[in-house]
Amino acid sequence: MSNRPAYSNLMKKIKEGHFVFTGELEPKKILDMEEIIHSAKEMKKTKRIVSANVTDGPQGDAYMCSLVPSYLVQRDAEIEAVWQVTVRDRNRVALFGDVLGAAQLGIKNILTLTGDHTALGDHKKGRAVYDIDSTQFCQMLAIMIDEGTDLEGNELKGGKIEMNYGCVANPNSDPREPEILKVGRKVENGVDFIQTQTSFDIEQAKEFLKELEQFNVPVLLGVFPLKSYGIAWYFDNYIPGVSVPKDLLKALKKAEKDNKGDKKGKYAAIDKINIEFFEPFIKEIQKSTKAAGIHCMAVEYERLFEPLLSDFPQYVE
Amino acid sequence: MIITQQKGIDEIYNMIKPYSKILIAGCDGCCQPPRSINEAKTLGQLLELKAKTEGKELTWKATTVLRQCDDRIAATSLRPLIQEYDAVVSLACGLGVVMLNKVFEDTLTFPAQESMCGGVQNIGENYFIEYCEECGDCILAQTGGVCPRAGCAKHLSNGPCGGMVDGMCEVGDYTHPCAWVDIWKRLKKFDRLDLFKKYRPPRDWRTSNSPAFITIYKDYTNVEEKEEEAKS
Repeated sequence: MSNRPAYSNLMKKIKEGHFVFTGELEPKKILDMEEIIHSAKEMKKTKRIVSANVTDGPQGDAYMCSLVPSYLVQRDAEIEAVWQVTVRDRNRVALFGDVLGAAQLGIKNILTLTGDHTALGDHKKGRAVYDIDSTQFCQMLAIMIDEGTDLEGNELKGGKIEMNYGCVANPNSDPREPEILKVGRKVENGVDFIQTQTSFDIEQAKEFLKELEQFNVPVLLGVFPLKSYGIAWYFDNYIPGVSVPKDLLKALKKAEKDNKGDKKGKYAAIDKINIEFFEPFIKEIQKSTKAAGIHCMAVEYERLFEPLLSDFPQYVE
Repeated sequence: MIITQQKGIDEIYNMIKPYSKILIAGCDGCCQPPRSINEAKTLGQLLELKAKTEGKELTWKATTVLRQCDDRIAATSLRPLIQEYDAVVSLACGLGVVMLNKVFEDTLTFPAQESMCGGVQNIGENYFIEYCEECGDCILAQTGGVCPRAGCAKHLSNGPCGGMVDGMCEVGDYTHPCAWVDIWKRLKKFDRLDLFKKYRPPRDWRTSNSPAFITIYKDYTNVEEKEEEAKS
């Protein structure tokens, strides 16, 4: 683990030994923040979700920038943000400037990502930047935090920034070895934590977590509760490398069919399926791996937080 | 070699619409697929047909140049012809088009091609792969001879990214191999994963930014060496 102080609540809770949860918010093409703030407040209420990730143009789509909503959820929902930053759209000059700006706004966590290519998104003609890659971005952050300079050694006026940053890892990657070696380079560049892509396969997840143990960095395993059959089907078919178990798909389809016209009944049935799948999944991860926690990507599915996490202790003030 | 792809006939015709006599210049240099005299002739015929559909007469001549990017060859090949024509359509890459505009300042030369890329291998009849993007900062020694700059859609120096699935790249709908998986396979084969694990710091893009002004050869003198010897 890096020797850097825990500047964020996320890192403090991890260092205190809690099994932590993070949530996920996805600002899309929106003009108001009502839903995002509502979702963030629901996370806060659980007292089990310590921080909320705020995504940065997932699937390469043009969405609201991630910094402003990160600030707003901290201000209005009083939950700490994990500001997701891809290197797809900004060069090193812009990234540096944004990080300094974020420090002013009280952002304490950054999740560094390469970012899905613009060729996948809704502005396919756009030029993808990728001036530096996500590992080099980690180096930039290490220098800004630990040495108080930019990449060229120019000093930051007023000292060093106080932030923690993480990287992602993909348990679904095949072949696995280059993925693990890549994570190694990021660890070498000082990451404080790792959040993984989602996994529905408990054995695969355990195996992956075991391999990551060599880095001695806290890992939050990604899980993705499925709000509807449509989302599950999309995930199964369109998210590369991820397959949703067939039984889960079948059960969700049946729940929607059986409760046609009964919204309440449908929600209850779907929530039950998710709780029955993910609660034992998370408990097994907690029991038999060294994972530091769970990154729960239940985007716009805040009603699941309370029932899903009710068995886990409250540790957030 | 340089790969070019011909523009649509409407687009080319719109460029030369204001002119009635055009010279169509092929290039016998490194363009692939070939853009020589036969291709120039075919383009002339198509443009003439297109003009006829609009009730216009077009006079054209097809010719070819050994290498349009060589100013002296371009000048000697086309000078005897060029004054008779209102405009030139070049079948060369962008460099050839720029060169003809520079050499023949009083005549406009228009491009018939999209210049796609250089540094490619021709695999099969109609499939080209870019292997070198002439970045001026070669890292092939660290990557087992596979270039992640030309080969990785994100130009990563420390890949692979999370968009790799079963060794294939997210760009191109998983039909192209991930350059970083190829690098890993190659280095693993030679027991050189030490090179794969190595962290590569941010790239110096100055070597590949446009415009490039390059001086390859520098004046050489032995005066400094002699002075050094005298000092020691």
